[in-house]
Amino acid sequence: MEPILKINNLKVCFDTDGGLAKAVDGIDLEITKGATLGLVGESGCGKSVTCLSILRLIPSPPGRITGGEILYRGMNLLALPDRDMQRIRGNDIGMIFQEPMTSLNPVFTIGDQIKEVIMLHQQKTSSEAEELTIRILDKVGIPSPEVRIRAYPHQMSGGMKQRVMIAMALSCNPEILIADEPTTALDVTIQAQILELMQSLQDESGMSILLVTHDLGVVAGMASHVAIMYASRIVESGSVGDIFSNPRHPYTLGLFSSIPVTGKRGGDLYVIPGSVPDPLSFPEGCKFRPRCLFAAEQCTAEEPPLREIEEGHKAACHFSKTIDKYVWKEKTKTASFLISDEQHG
Amino acid sequence: MLSFTVRSFFQKLVTLFFISIISFLVVYLAPGKPSQIDPLNPKFTPEDLVRYRKEFNLDKPLYVQYYLYYRNLFSGQLKSWKDNQPVMDKIKERVMNSLWLFLVGTLITWSLSFPVGISAALRRGSFFDRFSTFIAYVLISIPGFFFAYILIELVVRAFNVPVIGMYTFGMAKADFIYRVMDRIWHMVLPSILMALGGIALLSRYVRAQMLEIIHQDYIRTAMAKGLSADVVYYKHGLRNALLPFVTMFGLILPGLIGGSVIIESIFAWPGIGRMAFEAILARDYPVILTINFISAVLVLAGTFISDLLYMVVDPRIRL
Amino acid sequence: MQNTRNTEELAHGLAEEVPRLTEAWRIFRKNTLAVWGLVIFIAFFIVAVSGLLLTTGENPVLDPAKVRLSEKLLRPLTPVNTEMVKPGDRPVFGIYLLGTDDLGRDVFARMMQGAWVSLTVGFVAVGISVIIGIILGGIAGYYGRLRIKFMHVLCLIAFFVSMILLASGQRGPALDSLAVTLLLSAFSAVYHYLAAKGGTGPKILDFLFFDTFSVDTLIMRFVDIMLCFPSFFLILTIVALLPASIYNIMIVIGLTSWMGTTRFVRAEFLSLREQDFVSAAKAMGLSDISIIFRHMMPNAIAPVLVSATIGVAMAILTEAGLSFLGFGVPPPHATWGNILAGGESFIFDAPWLMYIPGLSILTVVLSFNLFGEGLRDALNPKLRKR
Repeated sequence: MEPILKINNLKVCFDTDGGLAKAVDGIDLEITKGATLGLVGESGCGKSVTCLSILRLIPSPPGRITGGEILYRGMNLLALPDRDMQRIRGNDIGMIFQEPMTSLNPVFTIGDQIKEVIMLHQQKTSSEAEELTIRILDKVGIPSPEVRIRAYPHQMSGGMKQRVMIAMALSCNPEILIADEPTTALDVTIQAQILELMQSLQDESGMSILLVTHDLGVVAGMASHVAIMYASRIVESGSVGDIFSNPRHPYTLGLFSSIPVTGKRGGDLYVIPGSVPDPLSFPEGCKFRPRCLFAAEQCTAEEPPLREIEEGHKAACHFSKTIDKYVWKEKTKTASFLISDEQHG
Repeated sequence: MLSFTVRSFFQKLVTLFFISIISFLVVYLAPGKPSQIDPLNPKFTPEDLVRYRKEFNLDKPLYVQYYLYYRNLFSGQLKSWKDNQPVMDKIKERVMNSLWLFLVGTLITWSLSFPVGISAALRRGSFFDRFSTFIAYVLISIPGFFFAYILIELVVRAFNVPVIGMYTFGMAKADFIYRVMDRIWHMVLPSILMALGGIALLSRYVRAQMLEIIHQDYIRTAMAKGLSADVVYYKHGLRNALLPFVTMFGLILPGLIGGSVIIESIFAWPGIGRMAFEAILARDYPVILTINFISAVLVLAGTFISDLLYMVVDPRIRL
Repeated sequence: MQNTRNTEELAHGLAEEVPRLTEAWRIFRKNTLAVWGLVIFIAFFIVAVSGLLLTTGENPVLDPAKVRLSEKLLRPLTPVNTEMVKPGDRPVFGIYLLGTDDLGRDVFARMMQGAWVSLTVGFVAVGISVIIGIILGGIAGYYGRLRIKFMHVLCLIAFFVSMILLASGQRGPALDSLAVTLLLSAFSAVYHYLAAKGGTGPKILDFLFFDTFSVDTLIMRFVDIMLCFPSFFLILTIVALLPASIYNIMIVIGLTSWMGTTRFVRAEFLSLREQDFVSAAKAMGLSDISIIFRHMMPNAIAPVLVSATIGVAMAILTEAGLSFLGFGVPPPHATWGNILAGGESFIFDAPWLMYIPGLSILTVVLSFNLFGEGLRDALNPKLRKR
């Protein structure tokens, strides 16, 4: 199926005091119509920057998009004039952010803030827009929306605010919803509600979702496709089935082994040694090399490209043909980077 | 809200009480004496000195003097030691003169600071930003009277108009329109000078505030909605950036008295600042204390008003 | 431990630990205006110190006080008139670098002397205000939650009354009041001693030791009160009422400008007190003094430094303003402020008498301001991210 959004070789840089930081270094992504793509990675790996680039919201200066293209229905968003880009934002592509607490303007009522988008993109009178606002607030599960539209953001809880953000992002029935860690700042119980809400709204409207998260559990529940990001690059991508049942990149394998499994006692938890490299001084060759159990000569010499290893399943490792979870298990048996139960207790 | 208002009001009253004590002590305990009771003053006989001491209540204990001073102040009987005129009448007349300068100066300050500060923030790092920043620092750093003299020299040389005083002597019989022009010419320099320092400080503050706001998450949200940059900055940004300035309306009140001593002296402007200075020179304690008291009242009233305004404009604050 | 092989390698590529000052310097260096501020700041120091060395002593190289009535109001760079002036009275190099004033004094020598005096006025005044600010702000921030006992309020009141009486020249009542103060203090000391021993005796006196307001309230209300005075007017009043002296000016400027420092030292301490490293230090049993000075003060000092830099600039300006009104540093000390104020009457005949000190003050005060702002940006981690 033809993808609705296609990112080719996107590069984003930030000018910092310490020099030029490559926040996103040549990534490719595809979002299929009606599907959900989960973008997973540790904080600082470039997930949020990727999202913001799609809507061209990178704060500039210091950030700038230095290369690549973002194709939405065949149009390159990076080459659009500002006026046309504004028409796409909020109308064709909606976005919700990590911090519902601070993402709503404190001095306007939530009703005004939603009405604003509707009146901007759809030729509606104020009263029509208000009616629509009430309807969409109702849809995202805000109780007594006709009263709540006069509420200010500070009068609502975090979960409610995120619902308002979703309502705002979806008020013009966009084709794509970009959700940048929509549940990270929320309580666990609220998280599930919000995800459920997004799922049901997707079923209803058939929109595509780009779901950014560092929570593999969320991805497993929501996404049909997954891309794993590490240090400004995509290291592995594929369908949920591919990634979860047959991970082939050492980083992905490490991620999965570091998650405790419910009901399984006495096993060892893996800890990926070291920490995320500083974008100002990436190691040469493969960026994961210093933390990798399989690192070899070749990894220093050459950065592995993202290659297809099976139909629709790509990984960026020189050895991904040979590495899989069985090899991984053998290898980690002898490794010392484990937290065993004794150390726990 | 009501309880906050009442509590805050009483707090201000208590503060005012302490201020009255401190300023009273500062003035009365300072070494040196008013010339009328200085034994070294050859103009007065020892009998005169005793008479004056009695008249000024200086022969009584300190707390009685304090009581008498504030009793007279509130009952309107307070008289200047220098010319025996009622203090409040003198002050009223002078305040009216200062008010003109103050109003025009404040108007210039506020109407210029915002455009400058906002455009500097939106074009951070541009030539305009760096230039206005530098000029602001120069204006903050220049000794006020030095700058005043440079300007006076320039204006007098270039336009050959009189700028000292409130109006030109002997103009009282001239045509109305000439009198108005004369007043305006006399007011231009002092009010600009009063405004410049304010513009420098306020525009820096506006810039900082605006920079703070445009990095907020809700600005990004507004962008993501597809609003144009102008709407985002001037509707969503400015509205938030303005909040602290609404409260500053209250805080400009005390500038009426505090900020004008030097400028009124240079321009021989018969305003309240110059009156305060003259009173200090003459050790006219009732006038010094009254001006001090009034300016403290203005500060407190200003903060009180700004607290109230904040509650009105910021939906987050409801007490 | 076969995996130790790559621990070294692991370190590679991680964000390097940069010392705080190096980091601050790197940011500071990028701010061209601030760097210029620093350069002028240092140059001014050198000028001030050499001014002190050259203009003092028995037979100074530059004599700022030498009056030569025949050489009045000469332009800068005028050579000395060798026929009228005795060899001993001539300026160095036989030339008036910056001209002469209305008494024929060498403006260059006066400026050199004034640099040191202006600097001293600025630094001493700010020193006083910073010390008061740190002490009061530190107490309010660290001990703010303690409540003052009723008895201690009485002690304080008695003490202040005695001080006031002393100042107004009433020795007798002042001593009486001081005696009351000592009596009350001794009384509460005994009470606290007994209470600490755990005896039941002092229990009946508890009604005299009930809690009143907190330390924080006391200090911050005092700050509010001080902020209600229009500062220049207050300084002017006190300076005008006191005998003219350079020390009075420094002290009065210092005593009327400590409120800002108090406020942010308090704010800084309030937030630091809640942080883990302070709790850790407390848990390790460190004394309050060493927590405050070893652990908290270094973290709170940055804003103090910035405001002190700007405060010096403001003090120099205030002194100039006072000079203009006739209440500046009195002769024989020359300051840039009183040279400028003295030049005012000759604005048309001898403009250099105003422009030289005026522009010098502008340059130095500007450099202090720019340097201070640059320092603020470099030391403030919150602004750093942008």
